[in-house]
Amino acid sequence: MAMLELRNVHAHYGKIHALKDISITVNKGEIVTLIGGNGAGKSTTLKTISGTLKPSAGQIFLDGEDLGAYPAHEIVTKGIVQVPEGRRVFGQLTVLENLDLGAFTSKDKKRDAGTIEKIFHMFPRLAERSKQLAGTLSGGEQQMLAMGRALMAAPKILLLDEPSMGLAPVLVDSVFDTIKALHAEGTTILLVEQNARMALKTASRGYVIQTGKVILEDDAKKLLENEMVKKAYMGD
Amino acid sequence: MTKAQSLWNQGVKIGAIGGVSVLIISLIGMVESFGKRDIIAGVLPMGVAIALIISILAAYMAAKKTPISDKSIQFANAVVSGLVISGFLAAFVMIGRSFNIREMLVGASPVLYSILTGGVAGAGGIFLLLLTGLLCGAFAGILYMLRDLPRRLTVNALLTIFILGLLQELILPILKAWDVGMINYLAGLFYTLNGLTPVGAILSVVIFCILYLLWNANQGAIKSKYAALPKEARKKSQIAALIVLAVILIVLPQFLGLFLSEVITIVGLYVLLGLGLNIVVGYAGLLDLGYVAFFAIGSYVVALLTSPQIFAFGLNFWQALPIAVICGILAGVMLGIPVLKMRGDYLAIATLGFGEIIRILVLSDFLRPWLGGAQGIGSIPNPNLFGFQMVKPQHIYYLLLAGIILVIFISLRLKKSKIGRAWMAMREDEDVAQAMGINLVATKLLAFATGAGFSALSGAIFASKIGSVYPHSFNVFISINVVCIVIIGGIGSLPGIVVGAAVLMGLPELLREFAEYRMFVYGVALVIVMLLRPEGLLPEARHKMEFHDETEAGAKTVA
Repeated sequence: MAMLELRNVHAHYGKIHALKDISITVNKGEIVTLIGGNGAGKSTTLKTISGTLKPSAGQIFLDGEDLGAYPAHEIVTKGIVQVPEGRRVFGQLTVLENLDLGAFTSKDKKRDAGTIEKIFHMFPRLAERSKQLAGTLSGGEQQMLAMGRALMAAPKILLLDEPSMGLAPVLVDSVFDTIKALHAEGTTILLVEQNARMALKTASRGYVIQTGKVILEDDAKKLLENEMVKKAYMGD
Repeated sequence: MTKAQSLWNQGVKIGAIGGVSVLIISLIGMVESFGKRDIIAGVLPMGVAIALIISILAAYMAAKKTPISDKSIQFANAVVSGLVISGFLAAFVMIGRSFNIREMLVGASPVLYSILTGGVAGAGGIFLLLLTGLLCGAFAGILYMLRDLPRRLTVNALLTIFILGLLQELILPILKAWDVGMINYLAGLFYTLNGLTPVGAILSVVIFCILYLLWNANQGAIKSKYAALPKEARKKSQIAALIVLAVILIVLPQFLGLFLSEVITIVGLYVLLGLGLNIVVGYAGLLDLGYVAFFAIGSYVVALLTSPQIFAFGLNFWQALPIAVICGILAGVMLGIPVLKMRGDYLAIATLGFGEIIRILVLSDFLRPWLGGAQGIGSIPNPNLFGFQMVKPQHIYYLLLAGIILVIFISLRLKKSKIGRAWMAMREDEDVAQAMGINLVATKLLAFATGAGFSALSGAIFASKIGSVYPHSFNVFISINVVCIVIIGGIGSLPGIVVGAAVLMGLPELLREFAEYRMFVYGVALVIVMLLRPEGLLPEARHKMEFHDETEAGAKTVA
């Protein structure tokens, strides 16, 4: 059964019809990617999932439960956690405080301590700088912190919004390595990316979204070979 | 621009800025009205002292900004800027004496000219003025060239004289209150009724220098000794310090006269307000400019419930107090709901409006039968504690002290709690905070409600202290004052708020001449603090880090 399912979702910003009949499914243990150009509706889709933007029509299910009635902060407790676009770490708080806030909804202090251990093991740079203000970290380190912070909430499914944005190519590789590592540990991931090639290489399935509509969905491998996708999103 | 020109550029430019600054404070009457108070009796009036400080500061800056590090050029630049400043003033005095400019500039009075020229008439006065400028510049130039220790010593010694002279009305009554022969003698030695005696000034400089040098020589040893103490001993010494502080706070009003106790209760009321606003602005990052509304609500609830006028409910202060606080909290929630979606400037403007709405409602004829209109509500009884009537400001002081301790305790606990962390996250980034599972609605309302409750507590004490409430006591300047206290003291810092309230509310009460220029001084103080110390006077550790993180991060990587 699908873990996350968007069923015919529409969304509006005022009068602007931003999402038109979007249907997406993510199964447990998958990496699914959502690719598309600027303004195609990728981030809007994530917003409807995390509940900060309520769909004007259609439904969103997590493990079969309709999320429509829940406010954004409760959806987090259901297990959908987002790593926002542009990282957006709390720059004036320390690395440790950032991680701590990631576990805001958690009541299990022992588990949180374990998760912090795990995150520090995964990102040794964060451990070295745990007392430093997050704003003083480099872009790559901030991306690690943003992911670590999201992991603190023990997500069932992780929504990654353009994790490679504004990073040097070397760091982009390491971000995608991290995504693979998280996946290997059993985290389900919905990955929104402009870097279509990297995203499709990492994901198992992909959706192509254009002007608020899903225009293509297929296995990631096949999308990589697709002439239209190559032309439009990979610059070939 | 030739090279020779660019060398003198800074001296002239900064001199001009300094000159204009001194002119402005002269023309708005500060030099003249502060001229009545002496820092050193018969030698140095305060107005002149302020003009001198500005001149020396400007000349020092000129030396510092000199593009090359040639000592003689730096010195010369300081002298040039000192001369430029006095040149401005000399030109002003000459123009003012030849033409009648008083019609346009009310402050340009003969008294001002006489102060500026040291009381010497004619060309001699102008010469004296220019000479003073020259000496200021030379002094600043020498100061700049001195090594660190003598420079700090000189600056701090001069500041000591200035502060001792300035705070005469604070210190003298305290000394006199002892009424012991020895202390009376000392008080007479140091102070006249208007400023320090010249002997007192010299003595205080000598005493200060000795203490400073002693501290300077031993501070390293004392600090390392303290650091070497075992943890328990350090904790013990901290507790001892707290006890000493508590004892001082408890016995304080016994040594302060009526007037000073009055001043300190005003400071106390603003400390309470500042602590409340600190929750809203400092912790939760919501800029609330209508904070006076809750102060007014607290006051009026106590007034309505305890005063025999209007309704005559006949409650006593202690019964009315919790109701006032609860009403404040409810009002906080009521304000919070409509502005939930607003951020930053929009929130500031909306709350500003809320503050005014409350004041205008209270003032209105429409609500006069219930709230007393412009005449307000009088005959509010003083608090009565187990049959003891709290009449004097000294009694109210203890009430405030208890309130402040309670509020500080609550603030500290809240800060460390889950709510405190939610506020912190919300202050940093609302969207992400929500993505962390923080309920923005509840968190925001809680911040407004807590802040409003503290403000209402302050208002309740205020009402019973002065015994009557009027709408005009609750104007927008109270909100502005409190915001200034929080910002200048250091956003988020509890000790900062106490210092901010003492400086911004206490000093103007002590220096009555200041009252007229209060808002001017606040404006200047805000600009200076924002430029030189944006984290505030006594910042929270976190904000210090934020404003100086570059150097610290750099130091860390090097280490």
